[in-house]
Amino acid sequence: MSVYQKNEVKEAETSRTLSLVVDNQPGTLARVIGLFSGRGYNIESLTVTEIDNIKNLSRISLVTRGTSMTIEQIKSQLLRIVPVHIVRDLTLEGPFIKSELALVKLVVNGANRVEALRVAETFRARTLDVTLSSFVFELTGKPSKLDAFIELMRSLGDTEISRTGVSAISRGYKTETKLLDQI
Amino acid sequence: MTINYMSGAEAVIQALVENGVEVIFGYPGGAVLPLYDALFENNQIKHILVRHEQAAVHAAEGYARSTGKVGCVLVTSGPGATNAITGLTDALMDSIPIICLSGQVPTHLIGTDAFQEADTTGISRPCTKHNYLVKDANMLCDIIHKSFEIASNGRPGPVLIDLPKDIQLSKVKYKNKIFNTKDHKQIKSSDLDMDVINKVAKLLLQSERPIIYGGGGVVNSGPHASKLLTELVNILDCPVTLTLMGLGSVPNTNKNFLGMLGMHGTYEANLAMHHCDLMLNVGARFDDRVTGRLNAFAPNSKKVHIDIDKSSINKVVSVDYAIVGDCKEVLFALVEEVKKLHNQNIKKPKTKWWSQINKWRAKDSLGFKQLGSNIKPQQAIKSLYEKTKNMDTYITTEVGQHQMWAAQYFGFSKPNHWMTSGGLGTMGYGLPSSVGVQIAHPKSLVIDISGEASFLMNMQELSTIVQYKLPIKIFILNNEWMGMVRQWQELNHGSRYSESYTASLPDFVKLAESFNITGLRVDNINNLEATIDEMVNIKGPVIADIRVEKEENCFPMIPSGAAHNDMILSSEDNNKDTSNEGLALV
Repeated sequence: MSVYQKNEVKEAETSRTLSLVVDNQPGTLARVIGLFSGRGYNIESLTVTEIDNIKNLSRISLVTRGTSMTIEQIKSQLLRIVPVHIVRDLTLEGPFIKSELALVKLVVNGANRVEALRVAETFRARTLDVTLSSFVFELTGKPSKLDAFIELMRSLGDTEISRTGVSAISRGYKTETKLLDQI
Repeated sequence: MTINYMSGAEAVIQALVENGVEVIFGYPGGAVLPLYDALFENNQIKHILVRHEQAAVHAAEGYARSTGKVGCVLVTSGPGATNAITGLTDALMDSIPIICLSGQVPTHLIGTDAFQEADTTGISRPCTKHNYLVKDANMLCDIIHKSFEIASNGRPGPVLIDLPKDIQLSKVKYKNKIFNTKDHKQIKSSDLDMDVINKVAKLLLQSERPIIYGGGGVVNSGPHASKLLTELVNILDCPVTLTLMGLGSVPNTNKNFLGMLGMHGTYEANLAMHHCDLMLNVGARFDDRVTGRLNAFAPNSKKVHIDIDKSSINKVVSVDYAIVGDCKEVLFALVEEVKKLHNQNIKKPKTKWWSQINKWRAKDSLGFKQLGSNIKPQQAIKSLYEKTKNMDTYITTEVGQHQMWAAQYFGFSKPNHWMTSGGLGTMGYGLPSSVGVQIAHPKSLVIDISGEASFLMNMQELSTIVQYKLPIKIFILNNEWMGMVRQWQELNHGSRYSESYTASLPDFVKLAESFNITGLRVDNINNLEATIDEMVNIKGPVIADIRVEKEENCFPMIPSGAAHNDMILSSEDNNKDTSNEGLALV
């Protein structure tokens, strides 16, 4: 970003979901995160895990916010990073699925225990751990669904939350195989 | 079959040789002793011992920029690597291909805060194009080969390879470079969109007020790109201006050349940028020194941007057409297309545009009055140029007023003859950079145009210059001030000269003599030319202490936060207060 004010076209910021394929190497994630902090971009959510242990590739699913000019910058800057091979803008490409997993610990006694289980059932959460004064629920789905569930749980007692962040994939039959073959 | 085993250090050196390295700039230390041992027995690579690691990188930059080759650096772990950081950042900002080998503590000690340990890959991550920590000796050769490709392909930049001492000592099997490595991200000339090229060619011919603005990308693309740019300018009879980084890519003597643009660019270049109806940016990046206030930047123009780095496009200025590719390839296609269309008689006459430009030229924005016996710094550069323009001259500079005067008053007729720190603005760049240039061009005249404050930042390199008998001429415009800081304090901070006076300067003549090199001093205009003659004619290195007018300011100038058409041409012109936004700018 220049020190001079940018052109005064005020364009709304939108949320974008990016899907990256990167080398599974020490330092790659640091490079991606360093790009965002160094250039003042936002990260709303980020997940990373290996997806191909022969080619040693990982996928980074990343949710960011910005004007279309900023998003284009982010994508071009990401592609400059040597171990970043593919940068896809799922929001731009078309319909896609966004999913996240949450683990929610709820400390609860008395009548609210039944309410908690009822809510969990409605949301199709799984109960992973039970004690006489607590539960641990596991829930997957859209981030907004997780938000709603967590809000309800908070009203029932003391909670502890752990969320994975968004993982995303495009809908339909198209895959990245051709792109991956070039790596 | 015998397998050629060698030590990791020997493999590193062999890989450098295989990649064409002839010179390496470095400084030894504990963690690189095996590498220095391997160098000791090697006669294919010449090692230049600098006196500070920052200087090693700048020297490699000077070498790279004046030859088009990759510059190579060798430093030790910890402080060796951290000292190199400024140089690496400088190379990243100016897109200079550099390989920096750094020593590291042995792998089993990494993370234990061992002696001279630093997280070198962590520290250098944001200031290199890429970096490696070699943890597996079997990967060593491949990593080095790959690093050379990364440093020189696409938009060039520095690559650091961190080499733990145990890796240098381990036995490895040498692997040769495989040349047909495919990089799916690399831009190929076949990818050029001929449709866009055709449209741009038409625009160039049909526009009434076109301007071409060339940058460091043209120089980086090789001398052929500069020839093509000049050819394009000549065919179109179109005005051309160059950034600080691009000087030399169109000869200064070309009649269509308007001089440098930007903060200290000429009046005609900036006004032509402001009033153009078509701007063709070739290998420049709309840097803030060039654009001035963005919302008033060339407001009524269509903009075309040629750049090898896609992330440069639409970064700060939105353009109408973008062509991602190597300047020489895009320019070649563009010149061909323009030639083809030229016969179709669609070219609009540019006589009105030129008569307007000539009116701006008549302002003579670089004019100055050399009165009295004090030497005007502008005159010092002008005389230096006149005396050396027919020699094979390479110029390096430090950063500040002297740098801008050099850019304004020294004429560059060829690319790769002008080495200056553009993006990072590193004081202390010029002297070590001139070491690299002189090593690469032992017979040429290499001049470091310097200011006394910048010179003090890396003057330890005098020792290197003497050791290798480098006949570098250090031309110090000595005004006893950090001139550009002083100028900004005068213009923006009510002449409160806070800490910008350099007290206790050394006697530069005696300083030179203490290194057994020639020191010259001149403070009278009548002796200036004789001093320059003497400096140029001395076979060895020279420090010339040019005592110039102390409070001279660098004009013309676009004040911070102002637009191209808001230039001030002299101190008397500065009647407007800088805006609050402007004050916050650098």
